[in-house]
Amino acid sequence: MTARRILLTAAAATLFALPALAAGDVGQLEKQPVNLSAIGMFLAFVVMTLGITYWAASRTRSTSDFYTAGGGITGFQNGLAIAGDYMSAATLLGLSSLVFAKGYDGFVYTISFFVGWPIILFLLAERLRNLGHFTFADIASYRLDQGKIRTFAAIGSLTVVCFYLIVQMVGAGQLIKLLFGLDYNVAVIVVGVLMVVYVTFGGMIATTWVQIIKAVLLLGAGVILAFLALSRFGFSLEAIAKSAIASHKDGVKIMGPGTLLADPVSAVSLSLGLLFGTAALPHIMMRFFTVPNAREARKSVFYASGFIGFFFLIVCVLGMAAITIVGTDPQFFEGGKVGGKLIGGGNMPVMHLAKALGGDLFLGFLSAVAFATILAVVSGLALAGASAIAHDLYARVIRKGEATEREEMRVSKIASLVLGVLAVVLGIAFEKQNVAFLVGLTFGVAASVNFPVLILSMYWKGLTTRGALAGGIAGLISAVTLVILSNAVWVVVLNNPKPIFPYEQPALFSMTLAFIVTIIVSKLDSSASARAERDAFEDQFVRSQTGIGAAAAAKH
Amino acid sequence: MHSPANTPVYERVRRNPKFQELVRQRSRLALILSAIVLVGYYSFMMVVAFAPDMLHKPMSDDSVLSVGFPIGAGIIILSWLLTGVYSHFANGRFQDLTDEITRETLQ
Repeated sequence: MTARRILLTAAAATLFALPALAAGDVGQLEKQPVNLSAIGMFLAFVVMTLGITYWAASRTRSTSDFYTAGGGITGFQNGLAIAGDYMSAATLLGLSSLVFAKGYDGFVYTISFFVGWPIILFLLAERLRNLGHFTFADIASYRLDQGKIRTFAAIGSLTVVCFYLIVQMVGAGQLIKLLFGLDYNVAVIVVGVLMVVYVTFGGMIATTWVQIIKAVLLLGAGVILAFLALSRFGFSLEAIAKSAIASHKDGVKIMGPGTLLADPVSAVSLSLGLLFGTAALPHIMMRFFTVPNAREARKSVFYASGFIGFFFLIVCVLGMAAITIVGTDPQFFEGGKVGGKLIGGGNMPVMHLAKALGGDLFLGFLSAVAFATILAVVSGLALAGASAIAHDLYARVIRKGEATEREEMRVSKIASLVLGVLAVVLGIAFEKQNVAFLVGLTFGVAASVNFPVLILSMYWKGLTTRGALAGGIAGLISAVTLVILSNAVWVVVLNNPKPIFPYEQPALFSMTLAFIVTIIVSKLDSSASARAERDAFEDQFVRSQTGIGAAAAAKH
Repeated sequence: MHSPANTPVYERVRRNPKFQELVRQRSRLALILSAIVLVGYYSFMMVVAFAPDMLHKPMSDDSVLSVGFPIGAGIIILSWLLTGVYSHFANGRFQDLTDEITRETLQ
């Protein structure tokens, strides 16, 4: 039971974001020798993206340029950028290592990670696009109290952004220390500085192009690696499987579900957290506003799903191939003991695979891509955070819509600078901490605080400000409490023998509670403002379906 | 913020039979497609949790690959294709309908 829980913890953390696992797993590792080819290729990426930022800076004049690239990204480009947001270092390293370690169970995780996409398109994208302007708080506060709900939604976004930033920074530091042989602090500062440069000068245009370039690099690297791997087995999946069964300690058991997901409550809670947590991540939601119209928005989800699905399938092939190629090669194990601890920790199979198949040069390339991946994700996060501060809190709540575009721009740039400094400071402060719990918290809060208010404001006429606030607070408190009582904090951080809350992801419980509280309090709310809010739903509904009235938002 | 409550423009849209049609048809499509994905995925997860042996079966007698792999890959590919189905209708018929409604309303 305990072994399974540890595995599940590892799996959950990996699935949500590799860096967290890397931070816990890789933290104690020695710095590797400086890897010059990796650093060289990464520098080439930096030079190219800085060039793009310089170009983007000249095109970033208005707030809409800054937050949403002026709506000037095509559906195909945006699809690549969304795919980039989704294909993090976590998916490449984490999912392939899960398949490497557990066979079919890793594949099941991969599927769970994917099915959220169509649901987002069917149920959310359309209405998000028609109602929103720059941020998700635009939608949540559409017919509710501007001051209260916008503040609450912005704080929800910022909480998610900050937790996720810490996770990414710590992961970046550890990973770069390992792959590049750079000092942890140097790595964190490099990530922080580049992120601030991209965001402050290039805004969403630069952030999107960084994401697109990285997505192409990552897809390309994956395809090349898969090709090399397949060529070892005569391009036969059957041969890969046969060889993997012969090499893996669990033998033929890796061809079907094992013990990792045997507990349905755990599996469902995890998948809910993934599904709705992802849907409510502020930097993902922002991507629906970067295209010129609803047509392109839908197309971009179609392209994104295609790229993501394709990439996930490739990653599984890589994991399977690594079972034989990496798993039987003593050079990848500490002390040369096959079956012992992998050099660099459990997340490294795909890196070792790159070395085995493409030599040091290809390993350097993949390391540079992993670095670029983290950089692209933190830039998106910083931009989402800056928009919550500048657009929601400053322009709408504090200045009540009276701020000029210039003022709002200035605040957003200051905000991204502050977020960058904060990210570096927290990244350094958390170096030696196990931050796996922050991953659970990020998705738990997104699913339990942001998601209920988002979906109910669009789908349920009865939602009122009081209900939304009460439900949001209930979701926040329960998500945080359950994460504290779970294995990741209660046992790993606080050193208790057994977790009080036996599951990794609180979403099943905290999200349900948030919905129930929101609905009950809304129903009991008989204030005059609540009546006005319910009455406003009909108009909001028309706009959410047709986009009429959003023309000003779409025109930019 | 963007719109005062119950503005005449929205009232006109609501009374437009095309709007009713748009909402009914598009919601039905979204619901059916979501149901296919969610029912498919959660049935799969239930098999994983309660009847894992079903997925262990080899694809054929001389194969070691289990049926679980094509089924899993099928879920990913089907989900993706369904986003294509949705985009096809939403960007075609439904978008045309929306454009018509917008034109009629703002005239």
